Amino acid sequence: MTISIPPTSQQSTESLQPKGWLRYFSFSLDHKVIGLQYLVCGFIFYLIGGALASAIRVELTSPISDFMARDVYNQVLTLHGTIMIFLWIVPVVNGAFGNYLIPFYVGARDMAFPRLNAVAFWLIPPAGLLLISSYFITGAAQSGWTAYPPLSITTAEAGQIIWILSVLLLGGSSIFGGINFIATILKLRRPGLKLMQLPMYCWAMLGTSVLVVLSTPVLAGTLVLLSFDIVAHTGFFNPVLGGNVIVYQHLFWFYSHPAVYIMVLPAFGLVSEILPVHCRKPLFGYPTMVYSIMAIVVLGLVVWAHHMFTSGTPPWMRLFFTIATAFIAVPTGIKFFNWVATLWGGRISLNSAILFSCGFIVNFVLGGITGVALAQVPFDVHVHDTYFVVAHFHYIVYGGSVFVIFASIYHWYPKFTGRMLDENLGRFHFLITFIGFNLCFAPQHWLGLNGMPRRVAEYDPQFTFINQLSSVGALLMAVSTLPFLWNVFHSAFKGRIAGDNPWEALTPEWLTSSPPPIENWVGEAPLVSEPYGYGMRKIKQKVDPTEEDLGGNSK
Amino acid sequence: MPKSSAILIIFLSIALLAGGVWIGQNINLLPVDASANAPVYDELFKVLFTIGTILFVGMVGLVVYSLIKFRKRPGQTGDGLPIEGNLPLEILWTAVPAIVILFVGIYSYDIYDRMGGMQPLQHEMHDHENALTTQRIWGGIGSGTVEATTVSSITPLMIDVTAMQFAFLFHYPKGDILSGELHVPTGQVITMKMESKDVIHAFWVPEFRLKQDVIPGQPTILSFTPTRPGRYPIICAELCGPYHGGMRSTVVVESPEEYEDWFRKNSKDAVSVT
Repeated sequence: MTISIPPTSQQSTESLQPKGWLRYFSFSLDHKVIGLQYLVCGFIFYLIGGALASAIRVELTSPISDFMARDVYNQVLTLHGTIMIFLWIVPVVNGAFGNYLIPFYVGARDMAFPRLNAVAFWLIPPAGLLLISSYFITGAAQSGWTAYPPLSITTAEAGQIIWILSVLLLGGSSIFGGINFIATILKLRRPGLKLMQLPMYCWAMLGTSVLVVLSTPVLAGTLVLLSFDIVAHTGFFNPVLGGNVIVYQHLFWFYSHPAVYIMVLPAFGLVSEILPVHCRKPLFGYPTMVYSIMAIVVLGLVVWAHHMFTSGTPPWMRLFFTIATAFIAVPTGIKFFNWVATLWGGRISLNSAILFSCGFIVNFVLGGITGVALAQVPFDVHVHDTYFVVAHFHYIVYGGSVFVIFASIYHWYPKFTGRMLDENLGRFHFLITFIGFNLCFAPQHWLGLNGMPRRVAEYDPQFTFINQLSSVGALLMAVSTLPFLWNVFHSAFKGRIAGDNPWEALTPEWLTSSPPPIENWVGEAPLVSEPYGYGMRKIKQKVDPTEEDLGGNSK
Repeated sequence: MPKSSAILIIFLSIALLAGGVWIGQNINLLPVDASANAPVYDELFKVLFTIGTILFVGMVGLVVYSLIKFRKRPGQTGDGLPIEGNLPLEILWTAVPAIVILFVGIYSYDIYDRMGGMQPLQHEMHDHENALTTQRIWGGIGSGTVEATTVSSITPLMIDVTAMQFAFLFHYPKGDILSGELHVPTGQVITMKMESKDVIHAFWVPEFRLKQDVIPGQPTILSFTPTRPGRYPIICAELCGPYHGGMRSTVVVESPEEYEDWFRKNSKDAVSVT
């Protein structure tokens, strides 16, 4: 059953909504407004999380704890991890771009549940403020974003409870979003649009949403039990009362490993949209891309214990999780080869979007290689919980997801605003971000291998120079946000007028005005059967909706 | 494809493989090895580093080459080649990584096995197991309880480790020595039974390439055989509170004679080390 929303269904509710810029501060039901709310809100939290990261790197320029108090340092690293994951990357790669793009891609006028959608977004600002305010009110949690008991039970209890409440709200927001995406992709498709004709980002969001819906409730349940241990002195995870601390780790990682895929699968989808447009070539190997997303989803659910190789896990478990983890590299590898094949023989415009996408490929390949190494038990027992791991996951979530977020902003900014970003500033932004990022994180591999554990405020003085090098990289990364911010603000008012389709793209969101009308299209949604039909003359003609295509909508 | 570019591709591939192998074998990123399992670890590391270098340089090379070669030149219009896929090629780049992963998995399992199945030495080894066990390097981690035995061809030196915020305490049951510094003789299998008094800590000696969490309410074990005399850092690798970064100690690896001296000086019982 496929439902098509008639163009008038939104009119009555939309007329009650504020118009103009005010709607971005309202409980708007428009998926485009909600998408941009997610994006801007996420970016504000990114700036806060980035400031915390800078504080960490300042502390680490010297081997002694001298920049901030030791307990403050632990609060800062806990907030940094939590904000970057739950308030920046997850809401932006899922909520922001998912909300903005998915209804266009399936040919709908809005998400399946617009009110649930608005609720999902409006849970985020209070949850974020709650989390950050805990620093000023009670002192924030000090047990890292992983909140392992017994440390989380015995240290900074009040801050920990606020942290749990905040993460529960964000988890709820994420689940609401996931349900909405699954319903929209499967049920709101325009008549005549087949699943295998959907743009790749839809498949990525379908896979991601399945992971969100299956694994986030487990985290929520675990954190509720943890809060009982803190508040009601129950003994689920408290060894003094007969609890088991390892059970918490299993439950936590059952969510938190899939969380990595919740952060990178949508990024894979976004890159798959950006590359074909700027390479003027079809996405290489569409069916294998779809199957590899599904394979990553299935495998992603059965690899969690590779975070626990030093936690006293039994040998059979080590073997199973090593094999499962290493094999995720196969479907992931397919995607990377397919992207390179998409570049091959293209007519590539070397703009900011393509540079950030290729920066993502380079960074993520390195993160993937260290990931396969980390999956090997003998290798992992040396580098587990060291800066090697810190480097590895920043290559995945920053070098991967954040680079893709920037690529996506450069790509879709004309759609959001109707104006172009300054390309020269964009390329400059890419250059210092790429250099700063690699300078910051590449040396950390060596630090981990040679004996620097993660989450420390003081370290062996022999590592001072390499840490200072890393901090210089962090400084470059911080500075690189300035040209970007200037570009975004300046271009919103003074940027070149983009026109409706500045990239001459074929995906459906470009087949309407920029910015789009509230109903997404004037008239019926076009049927785009070949979203990547670049270089194919016969397809190009079909993209414009003809009478014949629209006839399919009458049933 | 013209003959000259085929030759160039073959040449570049060989250069990439040779370069990767050279880098993997010659660039050392690890600290000195000080236990019997560390050289085995370093072998695995070299293999992973070699494969990783080849893959990384190869992929980066392809991306950079594509960006330069297929960039849109001024005045060019129109699209690229409408290639939607190539099944044989896609099967190739599914199969090759799968084979590489399989190779890495089997190889690392072999390493795992040679390290004693990453199992700590924790019970007596009967004679019929000797043929197998003597070739193994006892370096490993695990959980459970340890029974010290004397009836064995390999008798581990038992040490009880207690971790607390923010220190390690080492207790030698034989001799009833309590020490803040770990002393171990070369060539001797050491088995440590570890437990935490408060939160989770982790015992890590980078020069031994081994790490095991020290958990409250659940004893864990770590075995190793020190080989190289020297003083190495013991580092807590699990966030354990404000002074986590300062939770460090030292392991002193010394010759059996030096160890015996230290043992005699500190032993409360009038027993010899042997």
